[in-house]
Amino acid sequence: MTKETFTAEGGHGAVPVSDAPVQPAPASVRSDWPLFEVFLRGKRGLNHVHVGSLHAADPQMALHHARDLYTRRNEGVSIWVVAATDITASSPDEKDPFFAPAGDKVYRHPTFYEIPDDVPHI
Amino acid sequence: MTDDEFTAYQSLGEDSEDHRWAFGTGFTDPLEGIDASVPEGVDAAALAAYCLMLGDDALIYSHRLQQWMTRLPELEEETALANIALDLLGQARLLLARAGQAEGAARPDGHGRAEDELAFFRDEHEFRNVRLVERLDADFAELTGRLLVFSAWRLALFGELARSRDQVLAAIAAKGAKELTYHRDYAAQWVVRLGDGTPPSHEKMQAALGVIWPLVDELFRADPVTAALPGVAADPAKLRAEVDGVLDTVLDTATLDRPAAAPTGLVAGHSGRDGMHTEALGYILAELQSVARAFPDATW
Repeated sequence: MTKETFTAEGGHGAVPVSDAPVQPAPASVRSDWPLFEVFLRGKRGLNHVHVGSLHAADPQMALHHARDLYTRRNEGVSIWVVAATDITASSPDEKDPFFAPAGDKVYRHPTFYEIPDDVPHI
Repeated sequence: MTDDEFTAYQSLGEDSEDHRWAFGTGFTDPLEGIDASVPEGVDAAALAAYCLMLGDDALIYSHRLQQWMTRLPELEEETALANIALDLLGQARLLLARAGQAEGAARPDGHGRAEDELAFFRDEHEFRNVRLVERLDADFAELTGRLLVFSAWRLALFGELARSRDQVLAAIAAKGAKELTYHRDYAAQWVVRLGDGTPPSHEKMQAALGVIWPLVDELFRADPVTAALPGVAADPAKLRAEVDGVLDTVLDTATLDRPAAAPTGLVAGHSGRDGMHTEALGYILAELQSVARAFPDATW
């Protein structure tokens, strides 16, 4: 198998970063700002959830844009932004070797325990 | 986007209320349910005129920002400025509604105009906004430079008004200050980015400041309405030091020079606060008011 690297372009899963036939050759001056992925934590949420992506010149601007694009309806109390190129994503070709072996190992699921009612967040 | 992801995003905003809709559920009085009385010893007519001044600033500037929609360099900036314009429109609604209440309190028959009447059925000379907000931005540098000046000044003003003797005005100012802090931050970020960017961006930003600066003086000019409202209105001259401090910090960081341009003169001793405007306001009102005047009392 050829070793390719992937990134999480626009939250669409995995997009190759090299040897992609449709990718234009990198120019010295970018016409587009780089892509950032946005994660929000809601008021009642415990962890940050990926909500989408946006273009910005740098992380600080990305944070501002995220505030304007993704928290207009009172969705969040905390925002993370991360450059899409900094995310290493699993390859769709490797889906089976990566994930299939876990499918038949029922004993890994903690379904044989009774969860007490007063233990939250399980 | 799969259903799962969509639900995750939806659920983040689940417990917000209906107020998130700007349109579609009908307009109601923005000050509904709030004690409308004017505090004792306060000149109600002057309070009405004062709220009109501040409301007009927000209404006209909001319209100018809205005119940038579909013309901005990036989709993300478009949303940012739409948000800012909407914040200002919200401030305008509250202030015009308060102006109407105070107007009613000042008249023997108790009738004050509604916010829509004030926004859509007044003519140019009846508007009390400063001339800074009327200008048509020539480019993005002027947009961000003017937004910086306007929001820095208005934030200082609202900081003072949050201690106003008129509780309604104080509450409007306290709410608006949070919004303006963000507007100022947004504008300052761009002024620094452009000023301390490439030689062409620096040159354009500096030129933009030169165009805006003559209109800054008017923001700190004393006027009889403010003078008639001690303890209620904020003395514009007192805001100067705070605003200058903020602007100097931003300009220093952005490696920009503070323009030495002479202030735009008064017309026969009158400025925007007296109803004397630049020709730009007529075009704004023609656009802003045309639908309401063609279809009075229309709702949607």
